[in-house]
Amino acid sequence: MVKARSRWPDGGEAAGRFAPGDRVRVAAREALGHCRTPWYLRGKTGVIASIHGTFRDPERLAYHQPGLPAQVLYKVRFRQREVWDRYDGPAGDQLEADIFEYWLEPA
Amino acid sequence: MTTHDHEHGHDDHDHHDHDHPHAPRKDHDAGPAGAYEVLEEAVRSLLIEKGVLTAQEIAASVDLMDSRSPALGAKVVARAWTDPVFKKLLLKDTRAALMQVGIDIGAAPEFSTVENTADVHNVIVCTLCSCYPKMLLGIPPAWYKSLAYRSRTITDPRGVLVEFGVTVPRDVEVRVHDSTADLRYIVLPMRPKGTRGWSEDRLAAIVTRDCMIGTALPQVPA
Repeated sequence: MVKARSRWPDGGEAAGRFAPGDRVRVAAREALGHCRTPWYLRGKTGVIASIHGTFRDPERLAYHQPGLPAQVLYKVRFRQREVWDRYDGPAGDQLEADIFEYWLEPA
Repeated sequence: MTTHDHEHGHDDHDHHDHDHPHAPRKDHDAGPAGAYEVLEEAVRSLLIEKGVLTAQEIAASVDLMDSRSPALGAKVVARAWTDPVFKKLLLKDTRAALMQVGIDIGAAPEFSTVENTADVHNVIVCTLCSCYPKMLLGIPPAWYKSLAYRSRTITDPRGVLVEFGVTVPRDVEVRVHDSTADLRYIVLPMRPKGTRGWSEDRLAAIVTRDCMIGTALPQVPA
């Protein structure tokens, strides 16, 4: 467990389920309505690069709800070749995205 | 604005020789208002009418945005190039570092600075919409919001960079940052060779907007 500090007013504190270096998979589920997890990363495996802190949940904020409890947000790093089968750049090329904890599962 | 156009019937006649003086019309007033313009005006009027916002608050917000430009970001990069303690803080806590040089990002989303090195070249994109560090760089360029930039930067970043005139050697990692949530990213470019002893102002002058998005490298004039 890693303690994530709040970076958003009233965000509160939460204990992160993942730590930097952990391998995670983005859930492959569908979502209706506003969602900040891009389609192209769903089902893809990456590594926790860092923990940003806790932020209000955009999937609730979008519908006039307070977005609480705040959710832990991670910076997740993916190998480009893992994201795209046909990526023709060097193997070292990477992509980072900010993903909320409830979209991540251990890999 | 719409009322003005209707009263004078500007949208109905395409004549430019009328004899009454008025302020030049903005480009987007040239044609009939689109659906989104009508919607924006309706929502804005309602918010004012219902006392949620005042027209002054909206004007102040527009002024705040107009006061932000890439020159602010360039100043920050030049400071980071000349002051190692500031650079360390900028990379660790961008909000605090900006506050130190008198730039308050206020209620804006958190900022994060990513550093270009001899081993990594960073480039920023927002695939979901057009998140951009406006409080530091001002209004984003149109191409940043285009579907082409947003989709191709994640699938073929090296190809996109070549089109911008930046060829990243294959032994340097290209790292794309997709601004998917509550953080806004800015690239700290590498200080180019041939700038030893330059003042902060002189350094800031070679840091363009695109250098801080990651689609350009600072150039030293020949």
